[in-house]
Amino acid sequence: MSELLDLTAAQAAEAVHAGSVDPGDLWAAYRERALADDLNAFSWVSGDVSPPEVERNAPLAGVPVAVKDLFCTEGIPSQAGSRILEGYRPPYTATAVERLVSAGAPLLAKTHQDEFAMGSSTENCAFGPVLNPWDRSRVPGGSSGGSAAAVASGAAPWAIGTDTGGSIRQPAALCGIVGLKPTYGAVSRYGMIAFASSLDQAGPLTRDVTDSALLFGAMVGQDPCDSTSLAFPEPVGLPSATDLRGLRLGVPEELSGEGIEAGVLATFRESLDLARDLGADIVDIRLPHAPHALAAYYLIAPAEASANLARFDGVRYGLREEAGDLLSMYTRTRATGFGPEVKRRIMLGTYALSSGYYDAYYGRAQKVRTKIAEDFTAAWEVCDFMVSPTSPGVAFELGAKTDDPWAMYLNDYCTVPIPLAGLPAISIPNGLADGLPTGFQIAGPAFSENRILEAAHALEQAIGFDGSPARGGVR
Amino acid sequence: MLSRDQVLHVARLARLELSEDELERMAGELSGVLGHIEKIGELGDLEGVPPTSHVVAVENALRADEPRPCLPREVALASAPDPVAGGFRVPSPGAAPV
Repeated sequence: MSELLDLTAAQAAEAVHAGSVDPGDLWAAYRERALADDLNAFSWVSGDVSPPEVERNAPLAGVPVAVKDLFCTEGIPSQAGSRILEGYRPPYTATAVERLVSAGAPLLAKTHQDEFAMGSSTENCAFGPVLNPWDRSRVPGGSSGGSAAAVASGAAPWAIGTDTGGSIRQPAALCGIVGLKPTYGAVSRYGMIAFASSLDQAGPLTRDVTDSALLFGAMVGQDPCDSTSLAFPEPVGLPSATDLRGLRLGVPEELSGEGIEAGVLATFRESLDLARDLGADIVDIRLPHAPHALAAYYLIAPAEASANLARFDGVRYGLREEAGDLLSMYTRTRATGFGPEVKRRIMLGTYALSSGYYDAYYGRAQKVRTKIAEDFTAAWEVCDFMVSPTSPGVAFELGAKTDDPWAMYLNDYCTVPIPLAGLPAISIPNGLADGLPTGFQIAGPAFSENRILEAAHALEQAIGFDGSPARGGVR
Repeated sequence: MLSRDQVLHVARLARLELSEDELERMAGELSGVLGHIEKIGELGDLEGVPPTSHVVAVENALRADEPRPCLPREVALASAPDPVAGGFRVPSPGAAPV
């Protein structure tokens, strides 16, 4: 059984295709492992002892998948980490999940997350924090912390999450796995419980880059139910590159100096040297507006959230607190159902949109967003990819940043500029600093996922990191 | 620093009831975050810069307006806290809020 769990998802799929592994055994092994999870990674684990019928020749070959709580799954609890949706069982399934299931990946489990994806540590989960498998006194990152911890601890072969300001890439970095945030529109948002609709994007969290490409390829595609989704312009291939010859990697000084922990910076520079050895040109670039991305993000995302979360009003689904009149029912339901960070962001967003403040806050943030996108457009004139550390620090102790919202928000410093411009980026494991995983981020132009995955694959081979905490990262 | 009245006003707009403790904490925390956010003021004049509300340039996504099956009523009502007679029941709006 344990050998089954050691296979990467792509290896397991290949073994199923070759007939040497039975999908039923794979399901049983992972279900047993998921039920034994002690990191609080899961909000729900399938009760089916035998797996749903799977076509052996399907692309994902019966390799089960774990899915972040906020994806609607028909008849299965979908709570987005919130009390206000406790026990909610939606009447339909998100397109991204539907695509994975029809490509042959049965739903193994749902994973815990920060409430409505608002957070960088998964401590804002109404059902308790998720622990980091590398050190249980530390956070796994967030908001897709349950998905990251599940994959890093081997409790799931692979998982999906969502990234609004870094919620796939940052937990992937802090847990020593691979996280891909696709181009905005590449994956349908239909059935994802919305946080900030102009930024939210679903993507894979996996043990390696090959798994990332395989899972991503099964998720993409235009969806009539999401009018902002776009057709991916080419098939998603499995990466095979082992060098970076002819590629120019742009290093922005704004994201690779001040504010980054020394240990994280050291591993980043080591990987730049490896990239140079693989034939890449390392070039200095400027993203002059990137230092203002965090401020723009923490106006735009809460503003959109304040509108999106208006739907939680105790009328159609979820919690209701009874009251004598309608307005009191709304305000009490929301007071009881939302946690402190969600209330903070709703308040911030409502304030930024309110009469007299709109132009100075929300309006100005939208203009800064334009400038950030222009910075990237200019950068692509002189480099193929932008590279940086994924997170300014390694996994921190539980409770270390819960009393200071801005200290928590600073976790997103290197990841937020990218979704503001709608661009794709990957985080790959970049070795350890102080015994904890760090991430190497590669961002590219819209729809450059295939090229990003190839570059990430070459660098991954050179870095030679083993994502298993049990083996301490040594391959 | 946001005043207590400002926080109460925003909470009312956001349909959130805040306890006395929450009110006080929220005023401090929001003021702290806004202090950092206000640094985007340092960028100077952005007159003439077009705002970006969305990165995908989709003008309109149209489909034929044809009737098709939707969720059955009882399924749509299944998660409602108080479904009555095929609809959602809510308390009376009562008097207009002041």
